[in-house]
Amino acid sequence: MAAETENLSTLQLQFARFRRNRLAIASVWVLALIVLACFLGPFLFPFTGEDADFDYISAPIDFSSPHLFGTDDYGRDLLVRTLEGGRVSLTIGFLGALVAGGIGVLYGAVAGFTGGRTDSLMMRMVEILYGFPYVILVILLSLLFGGGNVALFAAIVFTLWLTPAVIVRSQAEGLARREFVEAARAGGMTSTGIVLRHIVPNCFSVVIVYGSLLVPEVILSESFLSFLGIGIKEPQASWGNLIQTGTSAMDTDLRLLLLPGAFLVAVLLCLNFIADGLRDAFDPNDR
Amino acid sequence: MLRFIGKRLWDGGLTLAALITLTFFVMRLAPGGPFSKSRKISPEVLANIQKTYHLDEPVWMQFVRYVKGLLTFDLGPSTRFRDYDVGGIIASGLPWSVTIGIWAIIVASLVGIALGVAGAMRRNSPTDYAAGIVGIVGVAVPIFVIGPLMQVIFALRLGWVPVGGIEGGWRALVLPILVLALPNIAYISRLTRSSMIETLRENYVRTARAKGIGERRVVWGHVLKGTLLPVIAYLGPATAAIITGSILIETIFALPGIGRHFVDAALNRDYPLVMGITLLYGALLILLNIVTDLIRAWIDPRLRNGR
Repeated sequence: MAAETENLSTLQLQFARFRRNRLAIASVWVLALIVLACFLGPFLFPFTGEDADFDYISAPIDFSSPHLFGTDDYGRDLLVRTLEGGRVSLTIGFLGALVAGGIGVLYGAVAGFTGGRTDSLMMRMVEILYGFPYVILVILLSLLFGGGNVALFAAIVFTLWLTPAVIVRSQAEGLARREFVEAARAGGMTSTGIVLRHIVPNCFSVVIVYGSLLVPEVILSESFLSFLGIGIKEPQASWGNLIQTGTSAMDTDLRLLLLPGAFLVAVLLCLNFIADGLRDAFDPNDR
Repeated sequence: MLRFIGKRLWDGGLTLAALITLTFFVMRLAPGGPFSKSRKISPEVLANIQKTYHLDEPVWMQFVRYVKGLLTFDLGPSTRFRDYDVGGIIASGLPWSVTIGIWAIIVASLVGIALGVAGAMRRNSPTDYAAGIVGIVGVAVPIFVIGPLMQVIFALRLGWVPVGGIEGGWRALVLPILVLALPNIAYISRLTRSSMIETLRENYVRTARAKGIGERRVVWGHVLKGTLLPVIAYLGPATAAIITGSILIETIFALPGIGRHFVDAALNRDYPLVMGITLLYGALLILLNIVTDLIRAWIDPRLRNGR
C-alpha cells in the first residue's frame, strides 16, 4: 500500500473527488462571487435600496449614470435592491437549511438510535406531517407567526426538517447495531454522548448530500412566498417580491423582472450543480 | 391486498384528521380575523357579524361545530364572499384547477419519459445532453420566472395566446399547462434516465437478451416496465408539485381556480374557505399516494407482500 493513499481519510478522498468535478467547482466560484456581491456590493454605492432618487424615476439601464441597471417606479436603484434582496434570500436559504438540517439530523439520530416504541412514535409523527400538502403548511405557518422575516424562516424550517430526519433515521438505525456503538456503550458512554459523538458524525456524508439540496429548496420556498405576497414585504427587498414587481411591469419594462430573475436562476443553478457534484463524490451507490 | 388498502386508508384518514385539526387551530391562532381588514365597523355590527359566523364562541366549540358540519358534507359559509358557501366556491374553481393539473401531468409524463428514455438509450450523445439541459432548466428556473417570461414572448410579443384569464378557450390554457408541466418534465426525465440505466444492467434484461429476442422487444417489453416503477412512485410527489405550482400558475395567469382562491382566502382569513381547500388538497394527496402504491404493487409483484 502506498504511503500517500494511506494518509487519506474517506472524507479527504470524497473532497478530492468533488474537486475533480469541474462544473461543481465552477459553480462554487460563481456562487461565492454572487454571495460576496450581495453582502458587500451594496456598500459600494452612496445610496441604499430604499432611498428614492427623484431625478431618476423608472430610469433605464445606463452605465454612465449612478444607477447602472436603472431604477424602479419609486426611483430606487434596481441593482442595489437586487443585491440587498439577495442578502435576505441567501441568508434565509443557508441558515434555513442549516437549522432544518440540524433539527432533522438530531431527530432522526435519536429515533434511529433509540429504536422500539419511541422510534415508531416519532416516525409516525413525521409520516403524518409528510402527508400534509407542503405549501399549505408553509402558508398557514407564516400567517400564524404573523408575517415578516422570522415568521417566514420558522415556517420554512418547520416544513423542511422532515426529509433529513427520515434519511438520518435509517442510517442511525443501522449504526446503532454496529460494534463500535456497542463498545462505546460498554465503555460507559451515555446515550446522548453516543448520539452526538458516534451516530451524528457517521451520518455526515448523507447529511451533506441532502443538506446541499435543502439550500435551493429553502431559497425557492422563500421567493415563492414573497412572490405571492405572504413572505417578505415591501419596502424590504427579496428576490421573490422583486420578481413579483417585475411581473406587473413586464409589458413595458422587462428589466425589472430579468435582473432579480437572473440572480435567482444563477444561484439555483449553481446550488443544483454543487449538490449533483457532492452526490457523485459522497454517494458511491448512486453512480 | 384488501388489508393493505384498508391500512393505507386508515393511515390516510388519521393524517387528514391531524391536518384538519392543525389547520383549524393555526388559522384561529394567527393574528387578525376575517373582519379586521374591512373598513371600520361599529362594535355592535361586528358583534352581530361574529355571531352569524359563530366566531363569538370559544374556539373548541367552533371546532366541534365545524367537524359536525363536515360529517354532513357541509363546509360552511365563506366569510369573505357573502352569500356563497365554500362548497359552491370550490365547485366553481375546481374544474379549472383539475383541467390544467391533469393536462400538466399528461404532458410532463409523455415528454419526461420520452426524454429520459432517449437519454438513457444514447448516453452522452447530443440527445442526452439536450435532455439534460431541459432537466436542469426545469429544476433551476422557478415557475414564477419562466411563466412571466413566456407570457412576454408568446402572448405580448408574438400574440399567439392570451396573456391570462379564461377568454379564448383552449388557447388560454396552453401556457399555464406548459409552465406547470416544465418542472415535472425535468424531474421525470432525470428519474427515467437513471432508472433506465440501472434497469438495463439487471439480470432479467441480460436473460431476455440471451434468449435472442430483438432489442426492440427487450426495451419495450422488459426494460420499460422496470424503468417506470420509480417514475410511477413519483406520481404522489408530482401531485404535491402540481398543487404548489397551480397556486402560482393561477395567480400568474389570472385563472379562477382554487389555488388562487386559497391564497386570497388565507390572506383574508376566510377560515371556512381555507379549511375547505386544505381538506381537498390533503385528501387528494393522500388518495393519490395510495393509488400510486397500488399501481406499483400491481406492476411489481415483489412489493405486494411487503408491509
